[in-house]
Amino acid sequence: MKLWTSLAGAAAVVLAAASAHAQIDSIKLGTEGAYPPYNYYDASGQLIGFEIDLGNELCRRMEVECEWVAQDWDGIIPALLNGRYDAIIAGMSRTDERREQIAFSNAYTVTPAWFVASAESDLAGLETLEETMAALEGKTIGVQTATIHENFLREELGDGVDIRVYDTQDNLNLDLVAGRLDAGLADATSWQAFLDTEDGAGFAHFGPGLTGADFPVFGEGVGVGLRQGDTELMAMFNDAICSMIEDGTLAAMTTEWFGVDTSTPCEQ
Amino acid sequence: MNFELMGDSILPILRGAQITVMLVATSIAIGFFAGIGMALARLSRNPLVSVPAYAYVFFFRGTPLLVQLFIVYYGFGRADFVKDTVFWAVLKEPFWCAVIALTLNTTAYTSEIIRGGILAVPWGQIEAARACGMSRVLMFRRITMPVAIRQALPAYGNEIILMVKGSALASTVTVMEMTGEAKSIISSTYAPVEIFIVAGSIYLAINFVVTRAVRRLEHRLTPYQRARTEADEKQAGRKIAFAALRGRQAADDIALPQPSSDRPQD
Repeated sequence: MKLWTSLAGAAAVVLAAASAHAQIDSIKLGTEGAYPPYNYYDASGQLIGFEIDLGNELCRRMEVECEWVAQDWDGIIPALLNGRYDAIIAGMSRTDERREQIAFSNAYTVTPAWFVASAESDLAGLETLEETMAALEGKTIGVQTATIHENFLREELGDGVDIRVYDTQDNLNLDLVAGRLDAGLADATSWQAFLDTEDGAGFAHFGPGLTGADFPVFGEGVGVGLRQGDTELMAMFNDAICSMIEDGTLAAMTTEWFGVDTSTPCEQ
Repeated sequence: MNFELMGDSILPILRGAQITVMLVATSIAIGFFAGIGMALARLSRNPLVSVPAYAYVFFFRGTPLLVQLFIVYYGFGRADFVKDTVFWAVLKEPFWCAVIALTLNTTAYTSEIIRGGILAVPWGQIEAARACGMSRVLMFRRITMPVAIRQALPAYGNEIILMVKGSALASTVTVMEMTGEAKSIISSTYAPVEIFIVAGSIYLAINFVVTRAVRRLEHRLTPYQRARTEADEKQAGRKIAFAALRGRQAADDIALPQPSSDRPQD
């Protein structure tokens, strides 16, 4: 009997050592690098943005080495599944559709979606959802590919509008300025970054801010995307995010980048 | 491998294939004739004509198609002076911007291919044509161009294939051609391998048709290399017999045209 207990004890020690050995000490973070102010390259080619600050702070709190990997948006989920990196921090909303493929951490920011058009167009100044949807009929609307915004347009407006799909938000903005689009749909904070530029000066958002509360297609806030089954990494991210929420760092960080506090409550 | 998904994606990707074919066919059709013009300009002895043609070819062969496409699409989109003209109706449409970029690009390559073909026309044939008293235009139409086209055909077939593949870049300016449709399906299914296999197979099929068509044309334009079929033999036999019947008359037909009497003597 004593032999058995000592054997079990030895086994427990070995298992503990094994799991300690499996302790994650370095991870790769995937981001898009073309989505200001979330993540983008500055003029010197440096990756910056709210999520870059956030990711670096999360890594510091998780005590892991982090390396950033830039990946085009339309391949960002397949590349996570293929193991090019271990986590997506790229302004990705937590939707049911994506949950079929990947897992999400606690949300770290939540912002509404806005329609934006030229301030001189007949769309500007619309307020209610009903009149907005009616006025969009027959218009040409730009969205970024594979986003909640594209899904919303296809589901709610479908064939009634001409949907133009862009690889990046930057290119969408260029075409909005060029006048090829009547309107665009994207995240409010991303629009705000555009509206603050010289190009965006003549534009304004219209209609109500759209959220997951009204349309489930918008999901429940933005979280870190992880492979299903990476539960240990998930727990580490959740703890780190909640610690940033609780000590007010996240609120300060979102205010710094977005001008308003868009942080979320801890879900644990 | 999800075969059901591959099956479901075929129809939407084929819809994109239509756009791909329209893009390439339009650009090739315009680019072929523009390319001949550019080749002649390049061969011109007048530097005012040949230097700009050289610069054009140098620019469009030396820069990536993607860059050219972005310059046409986003460049014209930013140029306010364009927006007040009738051209904006065309330049506003992503499809036509893609056609313009592809055409400008293929014109440069086509002109070099044709120029090579023209330079490779055997000197003896040109001399013979001159000796027959052909005018420059007639000689170009009957001798230089047919021989040059025949010589250039294999390289031109290559160019068409490159255009079919290059048209995939149009998806970056919101044209929903084959690659655009494939990317759009991938964005909701997250299955790049399956979808790109389907799209790649359709590109392969299109290029197979192009290859066969070019080879057929090559065969048609090269009578002396063609293995004589029975029908050919029969026809040839009939011609010889007919010529024999006509006797002297036939010999007269092939005689060189006599210099006209009103031509001043050298």
